[in-house]
Amino acid sequence: MSEQIESLRRELADWLTPRLAGQFGQLRHRGGPGDEDALGAERKEWEQELARGGWSCVGWPTEHGGRGLTIAEQVAFHEEYARLGGPGRMGHIGEGLIGPTLIAFGTPEQQQRFLPGIVAGTEFWCQGYSEPNAGSDLANVQTRAVQDPATGHWRVHGQKVWTSLAHESDWIFVLARCEPGSQGHKGLIFLLMKLDQPGVEIRPIRQLTGTSEFNEVFFDGAIAEAGHVVGAPGDGWKIAMALLGFERGVSTLGQQMHFAHELELLVDTARQNGAAKIPAIRARLAEAALGLKVLRANALRMMAGADDGQLHREALSYKYAWSNWHRELGQLAADVLGPDGDVIDGELNRLQQVYLFSRSDTIYAGTNEIQLNLIAERALGLPREPRPNANPKG
Amino acid sequence: MNLELNQDRQMIRGAAEDFLSAYSDSAKVRAAHAAGGIDAEAWRRIAGELGWCGIAIAEEHGGLGLGLFELALLQEQAGRFLLAAPLFATACLAAPLLAEAGTDAARQHWLPALAAGELTATVALSARGLDPFAVGDGMYAGRDGDDYLLTGRCRHVPHALGADLVIVAARFSANVESTALFALPADAATLTPLATLDQGRPVAELRLNGVRLPAEARLDDGDAAAIVRGLSRAAIALAAEQLGLALQCLDLTVAYVLERQQFGRPIGSFQAVKHRLAETMVKVEAARSAVYGAAAEADAGISDDELLLAAASAKTVADAAARFAAQEAIQLHGGVGFTWEYDPHLYFKRAQAFSHWLGSADAWRERVAAKLLEDAA
Ligand SMILES: Cc1cc2nc3c(=O)[nH]c(=O)nc-3n(C[C@H](O)[C@H](O)[C@H](O)COP(=O)(O)OP(=O)(O)OC[C@H]3O[C@@H](n4cnc5c(N)ncnc54)[C@H](O)[C@@H]3O)c2cc1C
Repeated sequence: MSEQIESLRRELADWLTPRLAGQFGQLRHRGGPGDEDALGAERKEWEQELARGGWSCVGWPTEHGGRGLTIAEQVAFHEEYARLGGPGRMGHIGEGLIGPTLIAFGTPEQQQRFLPGIVAGTEFWCQGYSEPNAGSDLANVQTRAVQDPATGHWRVHGQKVWTSLAHESDWIFVLARCEPGSQGHKGLIFLLMKLDQPGVEIRPIRQLTGTSEFNEVFFDGAIAEAGHVVGAPGDGWKIAMALLGFERGVSTLGQQMHFAHELELLVDTARQNGAAKIPAIRARLAEAALGLKVLRANALRMMAGADDGQLHREALSYKYAWSNWHRELGQLAADVLGPDGDVIDGELNRLQQVYLFSRSDTIYAGTNEIQLNLIAERALGLPREPRPNANPKG
Repeated sequence: MNLELNQDRQMIRGAAEDFLSAYSDSAKVRAAHAAGGIDAEAWRRIAGELGWCGIAIAEEHGGLGLGLFELALLQEQAGRFLLAAPLFATACLAAPLLAEAGTDAARQHWLPALAAGELTATVALSARGLDPFAVGDGMYAGRDGDDYLLTGRCRHVPHALGADLVIVAARFSANVESTALFALPADAATLTPLATLDQGRPVAELRLNGVRLPAEARLDDGDAAAIVRGLSRAAIALAAEQLGLALQCLDLTVAYVLERQQFGRPIGSFQAVKHRLAETMVKVEAARSAVYGAAAEADAGISDDELLLAAASAKTVADAAARFAAQEAIQLHGGVGFTWEYDPHLYFKRAQAFSHWLGSADAWRERVAAKLLEDAA
């Protein structure tokens, strides 16, 4: 088995190395977490190159155009890819989130319509969950979907916010309310919508980094086709939550390789600028290195764990663990850079990106506070937060 | 590396939990504290019929031939139930040190008896205590013909009183870091027990004044790296015990905050309290990942450098978890958390003491930093 994995690694390296040394050289180590807005057009081309090599959607079953790799092989793929400096994946939301959701819950027609574009790297997706009044309290979404009795299509009104890469995407999946007057988890619908249509407006939001990776998305009567509802109308919450479940996938090990690369840069910088002579900085660098090692063991535990559909403690604590580790690494990067960390030379350098963007890791995909609530309630069995509007069964 | 908690491992853990929850409850632990830090009955059964001492010793030396992972599972339970017995000193410290650094003759002589639970053993490492970065410091070995003459002192020798075998680390000269290990006959040592805050892990100071040992008393063959390997394994096993301490602090505090009412509701319903406990759990899980990961790596066979990193991650992260969990246990118990009667202080004191055994987190981090910054050259 490990021989198979070794040969997979070699096959990938043989394919990747010449490309990242040649035509796609400028993409090496670019576009990862905190660098998502870099080189959009080039990275889309890269997605298609990956597809031609058979390296997209490697974990998907073969009947849907994937490679059907085992978990262990996927781990090896993501690790090797990131280790060799493979660019951040523009297709991540399609490959990692909506694709698996459609494979699990989509109709055959939806699968035939949408999966090939994801595999080929020709259609890009974004996630339309958050709204101005529905952040941590996601079940409070107010975007309305009304069905046209004549056509069966859904007309959508409302606003999404913080939508990552909407400006680079072709499609958005939207959580909306289809039963007027419903509250909370009930009466929601999960829609697939084309972004390039009348009634959709995308406005970039400038982030504290100065760049714009996320957007506001306004819907003013835009249409979701009748056949583009995932699950039944009213089942939106179930589908939306199942999709988030795919997020904790094997790609975390690729993310860790990326972190390892950042840490290497940081160590190099500390050596060069003398920060490594300061005992407290040395201790923090060591702590960061050891912490990353522990994150890796944590991810491996998640994969070795019982496959019983339960969220075990190692999985429940993982988001909080990695995001806070990374935020701390960002702080350390700023401290290693010293006063030069405040000086901008053209664009943000890698370490400036790390310390600025890592502020968001503890906000998106469940804030720190929400993570702690979840851990306390689901893992430790402590009383739930009061929810004035929720039905008692909640 | 194998991180799976397969059936065999679950059985080992479950059996240890069952035994210790019955044999090492709070009343028995406190009785053991009053009796010099050993629950003799529990230890007799652990070393005897339960066979815990041989679990990680190779089959060729009469052990079960399982790994550090399985030993760590036992240690985790020992931590949870505050075991007052020389399991750590014998099976986690002396045995791996002998297995890694001992000569063939030394291993054949000592390991079978250790595996069978017939002997209790311990290690006297340095004048600074169980410091893996100062092996032999304070103890000098001279030669007289074929004999060795040992002079000096070692502090914090765990469960030394009553040990059948004391392994002493010594240096041949003050300047050269050439260390050696010796088997000290029980009657040759002058042992002074030290009064300690944690009464379940008694330590003693050992003084030797020109004690003559025959050539056969020398246990190692001069491979300093092997000694480091043995101590790294011991550090991982100790980290497993810290993990257990941390977990138990979390569990007993969760139980308390669900029961204790203030303002007309369980204090565990206040978000400030929930978040402290959730953070504790994150640290406990990190410690578990660190310890299990390190033990599995060590069992898979890794380079000396990697083993050092594994030990560093296990020890630093488990120390932090245990200290934090014990601190929060006291805090969230309120006034009763500050009493002698309630258990949190027992965990607090032990976690504190252990965090200075086999390398403090600060010392390990400096060791790792030195490697990290030199490797990047
Ligand atoms: C970089 C980035 C990218 C994003 N990309 C996307 C995307 O592509 N698609 C998408 O749909 N969304 C996206 N988001 C949105 C993200 O999911 C939300 O920002 C997040 O869920 C928090 O919601 P909020 O911003 O409304 O903050 P709020 O919910 O208003 O939270 C503000 C503060 O209050 C705290 N708080 C809230 N409720 C509680 C509670 N019950 N107990 C204790 N504290 C509480 C929070 O922890 C936080 O500290 C992105 C966000 C960021 C930063």
